[in-house]
Amino acid sequence: MTRSGRFAVLLAAALAVAFVFLALPMVAIFVDTSPGALLDSLGSGESLDALRLSLECSALALAVIVIVGTPAAYLLATRSFRGRAFVVTVLELPLVLPPAVAGIALLAALGPKGILGSALADTGVELVLTTAGVVVALTFVASPFYLRQAQAAFAAVDPTLLAAARTLGAGEARAFGRVAIPLARGGLAAGAALAWGRALGEFGATLMFAGSLRGVTQTAPLAIYDRFATDFPAALALSAVLLAVSAAVLLAVRLAAGTEALGRART
Amino acid sequence: MRVRVAAAALVSALALAGCGGSGTPDLKVSAAASLKSPLTAYAKAFTTAHVQLSFGGSDVLAAQIRQGARFDVYAAANAALPEALHTQRLVERPVPFARNRLVLAVPAGSSARGLRDLERPGRRLAVGSATVPIGTYTGQVLARLDPSERALVLGNVRSREPDVTGIVGKLAQGAVDGGFVYVTDVNATRGALRAIELPAAVQPTVVYEAAVVRDGDHGRQARAFIDGLLHGRGAAQLRAAGFGPPPA
Repeated sequence: MTRSGRFAVLLAAALAVAFVFLALPMVAIFVDTSPGALLDSLGSGESLDALRLSLECSALALAVIVIVGTPAAYLLATRSFRGRAFVVTVLELPLVLPPAVAGIALLAALGPKGILGSALADTGVELVLTTAGVVVALTFVASPFYLRQAQAAFAAVDPTLLAAARTLGAGEARAFGRVAIPLARGGLAAGAALAWGRALGEFGATLMFAGSLRGVTQTAPLAIYDRFATDFPAALALSAVLLAVSAAVLLAVRLAAGTEALGRART
Repeated sequence: MRVRVAAAALVSALALAGCGGSGTPDLKVSAAASLKSPLTAYAKAFTTAHVQLSFGGSDVLAAQIRQGARFDVYAAANAALPEALHTQRLVERPVPFARNRLVLAVPAGSSARGLRDLERPGRRLAVGSATVPIGTYTGQVLARLDPSERALVLGNVRSREPDVTGIVGKLAQGAVDGGFVYVTDVNATRGALRAIELPAAVQPTVVYEAAVVRDGDHGRQARAFIDGLLHGRGAAQLRAAGFGPPPA
């Protein structure tokens, strides 16, 4: 075999190992779940409550992330300023933060004994053990996924096009809304999908910061953990549903944005 | 020559990291979260084996054993979970090794004097999830209250935590005003929490049982570990932490 032939085999082997390792646990969820258990799980009020709460809270978190994150990422991608590298590093830190650390950090900042705790209490805002607290936890852990992708997508927009828009009389805001966002939309959508997926799967920070109460703070991952001990088939079934929802989110975004745009956003 | 020295160093490092040497085997002990302080101290003093402790909700630990996790010892906060594993032939006959009792825990600075103080609207309570022993015991307490009082308590429940660690954590952070935990959990906080005793009429019987996990590689050491919980250093640590002796 030629040297390049051997290298090609090595690449293929590495991909095969990665594919099997990542796909097997996900396939196993469906292999181990009987269709009956799946339907039972969907039919139980507790599972439905958890799924509904997961979808609502992650959608709210995503809305906050996109509304605040899009202009913030645009600024980071198009301007250089003192301390920019520091700001980017801090914004990306939650990406590598263990969820338990995120939970502790949120308690230390926004909990009743946290640095903003009494200020929040004075304004009547209650986050710990509330649905709002779930949204805060999801937003905290998921936003770096969007910020990172959005920043890369805006950075990939040809600056001469933005300059041309301004030459033609468009203001800064108009260039952002009419030129930059449409051109970056593939990357923005990919970032939103990743952030949504991360929010749907959040467990540790939610449990520590928001607790676990059916219909209020018990999201699907918490309901899965709650059932894991006593009802493994039900836990599997709910896992299968969550996996399917997450896959549908990813797929929908891929279809909406077009794979071409996604491919560009990755570079 | 240099390569050979490096290889020898690597091999010995792997041996140290891996099996803990040939003299003392690794004993994997899975134990209820409420046993954390006494078992950590006992494990340090246990010389027959090097003890690796894994703490969690007794229900989750039992599920792990059911899914094939290779623990050597299982120590639960009730009798039902080890007995169920015994029926499934996953563990040897469980033995009761300690008793505990439920209390209402409140932050040290709380003005609450009894359960009534936490039944008022707006008070926040954390309890154990129904699947974990602390949650089952709490359910027994609530079932013995009169229905109107039970409704008030349940109305104030703000979180159902997967193990006692979660309840104690929520209390310590001031996220809730009270929670049902074991008296030993309050002792372990060294003054951060205060225990309010429950009326004897609602107090459930809390017995901890331990069992040797079947098909483990260290049956002899596992039995020695459990023996020490009954009489020996483990028992001494349990008493020091506030656990009662097992029922005779």
